[in-house]
Amino acid sequence: MTVLAKAMLGGRAYRWWLTALAAAIVTGVLLWLRQWHQGLAVTGMSRDVAWGLYIGQFTFFVGVAASAVTVVLPYYLHAWRAFARVVILGELLAIASIVVSLLFVLVDMGRPDRLLNVLLHPSPSSLMFWDMLALAGYLALNVIVARAALAAEIDGAPPATWTRGLVLLSIPWAVSIHTVTAFLYAGLAGRPFWLTAAMAPRFLASAFAAGPALLILLCGAFRYDIGEEALCKLRLVMTYAMTANVFLALMEVFTAFYSGIPGHAAPYSSWTWLSGGFAAAALALALGRSRYAPAAVFASLAIDKGVVLIPAGFIPSPSGAVTPYIPTAVELGIVLAIWSVGALLVTILFRVAIAARELDAGASPQCLAS
Amino acid sequence: MKITRQAFLALLAAAARAFPRPRRMAMAIDLAKCWKDRGCTRCSQACHAAHNVPQIPDRRREIKWIWKDRFENAFGEESASPAVAGAPVPLLCNHCEHPACVKVCPTGATFKRASDGLVMMDEHRCIGCRYCMAACPYGSRSFNWSDPRPFLRTIDPAYPTRTKGVVEKCTFCAERLARGGQPACVEVCPPKAMVFGDAADPSSAVAQLLQTRHAFRRKPELGAGPNVFYLL
Ligand code: SF4
Ligand code: SF4
Repeated sequence: MTVLAKAMLGGRAYRWWLTALAAAIVTGVLLWLRQWHQGLAVTGMSRDVAWGLYIGQFTFFVGVAASAVTVVLPYYLHAWRAFARVVILGELLAIASIVVSLLFVLVDMGRPDRLLNVLLHPSPSSLMFWDMLALAGYLALNVIVARAALAAEIDGAPPATWTRGLVLLSIPWAVSIHTVTAFLYAGLAGRPFWLTAAMAPRFLASAFAAGPALLILLCGAFRYDIGEEALCKLRLVMTYAMTANVFLALMEVFTAFYSGIPGHAAPYSSWTWLSGGFAAAALALALGRSRYAPAAVFASLAIDKGVVLIPAGFIPSPSGAVTPYIPTAVELGIVLAIWSVGALLVTILFRVAIAARELDAGASPQCLAS
Repeated sequence: MKITRQAFLALLAAAARAFPRPRRMAMAIDLAKCWKDRGCTRCSQACHAAHNVPQIPDRRREIKWIWKDRFENAFGEESASPAVAGAPVPLLCNHCEHPACVKVCPTGATFKRASDGLVMMDEHRCIGCRYCMAACPYGSRSFNWSDPRPFLRTIDPAYPTRTKGVVEKCTFCAERLARGGQPACVEVCPPKAMVFGDAADPSSAVAQLLQTRHAFRRKPELGAGPNVFYLL
């Protein structure tokens, strides 16, 4: 276990990084206390735009969590050995993303002190009930599987055979979490922007692009070599998924505008077009195999799904009003803090996984020396 | 097992007593009467005073149970002929037959009462997730973005106030109905433009109006089955 202890220690840059994250988290907690005290009036949300950044970010990170399937499925179902070094990172990223998405739900609640009401009064007709079940189950699956895999690696033993069943279960489960999350929105008769059967497929496509993009970026940041082949394949998955996502978005545009139904075209504001433009540019970079493609894909999807999708659904209001939504500094501070919690979790979990891997390979844990 | 005809009928009668025919409370608003004074706000004043609904200056965060909006905003641009465009229409929760708000609520804090079809709110159970606001196709729900009490000029002790962080809306004055009364808006309306009653009872005034007059509802294509009808 001393390896794990060592994994927690690091050089100067690492300590600065942790300090910055801690500062952001503490600031966020203080801002959240203020929100708790004054109410959600400290955000930019309104009677007409009842959900904003928080629920948008929740949606985006459920997608990142689900995207672990893009490494788990090829590795376990198709025995793509190339992913041997990255599959555990995918599972750990899923854990951090679920925690982040649950935190976003928590800060969005008007009465977080009544959180348990969801369990005390289970309401199967509500998709939110199923979403909470799906997310909790997925979190548990990934914690159990990743723990077992790490323990086996540290002991230098092959992973226990009983984990395989759970890993296989986690594949459809990953698809289910993001499908149910899409259903939260796609089943609402009064919100034409969301009322589309393409919502769940599009959620999956954008998730399977954003997830691998983030994995590539993280491997770079940790200077963790997953091998040329694995990198190539991750980029391939990202590019195909991004292509599917942009294709589906264009289908939405066609239906909205060719049908000519006013409520379907109205949500397309300059923000929607701008983020669509970003996505198209990111896709162009990916198709052109630019080295900036993963960053561009990740950023454009974090904006499209994490910022624009949710407020746009509230335009126009049921009585045709267009109420602008501009997040406040408090809201941004809380978002930053939750991102920092995610970054902290990823930092710790990835360092442990990489240290265990280097130990296993008998190599010196170079990437930890930073 | 054999059962005599008499026993069977007695059983039926007992069942009918045990399970009374559910009522379906509905409202019909005669717009021609309402438009006699287009500036009238008596209905919302009476409602908001009776239910401690705060007056919040920031319009984006306002709380309203019954209010007026332009005809084209209530019924859509294409249904507003020049004769009615711009005319104010009273809007409130429709106490839908198939309420989207009830379907999505993860805690049962909003629920449809089986006995009379009222869509009710339990503000003590609400977690403030605002899923119901996203789901309601009529914009009938308001959220307490901050503590509402500082925005109340007078507090009616007969009705509870709410806390920050919960959703509220029109209840068809369940508390007045329980005492055998009528909703506050219906009672106060000077031209008696609103008629309220059990639409499932053919002899009720509201059922008669819906039989004989041209009645229409907001967004009928969504299948929510609003129980607020407009007459023209
Ligand atoms: S009008 Fe809205 S709040 Fe009222 S019952 Fe229908 S869906 Fe629910
Ligand atoms: S805000 Fe309250 S009433 Fe509305 S869906 Fe959430 S828990 Fe139910």
